[in-house]
Amino acid sequence: MNEDQDNVPAGRQIKASFRERLSQFFLRIYSLYRFILRFFREAALPPYEYKEILNQFFQVGIKSLSIITLTGFITGLVFTKQSRSSLTGFGATSWLPSLMAIAIIRALAPLVSALIVAGKVGSNIGAELGSMKVTEQIEAMEVSSTNPFKFLVVSRILATTIIVPILAIYMAFIGLLGAFVNVYKNELTSFTTFFQSAFEKITFLDIYILIIKSAIYGFTIGVAGCFNGYNADQGTVGVGRAANTAVVASMFLIFVEEMIIVTVVNYFKQGLG
Amino acid sequence: MAKQLSSIDTRLPVISLRGVEKSFGHVPVLRGVDLDVYKGENVVILGRSGSGKSVLIRIIAGLLKPDRGSVNVLVKDISTLNTRELQVLRARIGFSFQSSALYDGMNVKDNLEFPLVRNNRHLSRQQINEAIAKVLDDVGLTKTLYQMPSELSGGQKKRIGIARTLILRPEIMLYDEPTAGLDPVTSVEINDLINEVQQLYNTSSVIITHDLTCARSTGDRLIMLSEGKFLKQGSFDEVFNTDDARIKGFYNYNFIAGK
Repeated sequence: MNEDQDNVPAGRQIKASFRERLSQFFLRIYSLYRFILRFFREAALPPYEYKEILNQFFQVGIKSLSIITLTGFITGLVFTKQSRSSLTGFGATSWLPSLMAIAIIRALAPLVSALIVAGKVGSNIGAELGSMKVTEQIEAMEVSSTNPFKFLVVSRILATTIIVPILAIYMAFIGLLGAFVNVYKNELTSFTTFFQSAFEKITFLDIYILIIKSAIYGFTIGVAGCFNGYNADQGTVGVGRAANTAVVASMFLIFVEEMIIVTVVNYFKQGLG
Repeated sequence: MAKQLSSIDTRLPVISLRGVEKSFGHVPVLRGVDLDVYKGENVVILGRSGSGKSVLIRIIAGLLKPDRGSVNVLVKDISTLNTRELQVLRARIGFSFQSSALYDGMNVKDNLEFPLVRNNRHLSRQQINEAIAKVLDDVGLTKTLYQMPSELSGGQKKRIGIARTLILRPEIMLYDEPTAGLDPVTSVEINDLINEVQQLYNTSSVIITHDLTCARSTGDRLIMLSEGKFLKQGSFDEVFNTDDARIKGFYNYNFIAGK
């Protein structure tokens, strides 16, 4: 058998390996598609796992709150500091509040909060479900008449989808607070004046888009964590791989989604304008 | 150690498998298995690793679907049941996992409460606490109530795993390698517990093992599974009084090389 393989030209071996990987990739995409369909079906049908959903809200929110606060404040502070030097040259430092509000609300808050949740909660979901899978805990749940998909997967995806927008709004506020600290230190601008100036260029549409795209990112984090954890195999190696893939896949997808959303929003804004 | 065979009701099997086949990819694991387990009977299925024992027990529990054949459990054809009906049936079947499968994030009390509350939402706090105290007493671990699974020994985990299934008062118990990874003394204690459970709860049991001490002390009937087929069945002496090299090899490994 090995001798036969050795006799096959290298080019053909590479082609065969590529075909194998490609078919595995499409099989995984198909199972992901079925996983998402199952999520919507199970989420819609009773009984509902209210207690576990609330527990996951708490887990996702509380676990991310301190780091979201810290990074949000630093992001606002540092971005204001960096932007100041450019604007000072044009004598336009008075634009700083609205510039920072646009940057934070339209891009930084949803993106950074989603990336933090992906790293902190997404990996946790992947590792937790992966560990439960390889130690037969998911099967144990199934034989004790509990639907493990509804209990473990639906509750976690719902939690990330709902909590990430809340965290993004919170981060936007903390980020603007960081920006205010810098502006106050340099221009002695009052709190009220800063926020009035900051929200001059912000519309309700910006807030809606922040909420919608954060919900999409949250859904992505939940699906990536649950899909990889729920389908983990090969013992402890599989658990590590599930946690790692959950983070890498969700971060990559968040950037892709950001690009698509910004393109679509700009297209419609230009159309309206 | 095993109970009197007269207590087994052979009129109607509680588990009945006919022509069950299962493959993974191109690898056949079960090749036409027929099995009847009767009320009050402990059936031990013996075999080497990879012989299909765990697949068989998972098919009985409805965790895997057979490629061919019929599976009747408690007079219900599993293949015809919808998700809800399967959940109702599973509440009547206890499954003790090889790894015990205790929920890592919950203490012993919560592990026991989880299946009970989810299957009996009307129970009061007092009834829940009484049920937990009863099963912990039955498995001899009354002082572990607030311990986490990581704080328990292997034998204690097995006992709590069994208690978690007993709390629903199942009619059938399925044990997957109940003595795997345990020292000989703890293994004997688990074997005794399996027999006590059968008598206290009047269950029928399927015990998957490759441990002949466990098979001899718990089984009313032994079945030797090899390469997805039943080789021989009967009492311990009937099964091992044979010239079949595969069965003899299995016996010699357990009682000579394995000890």
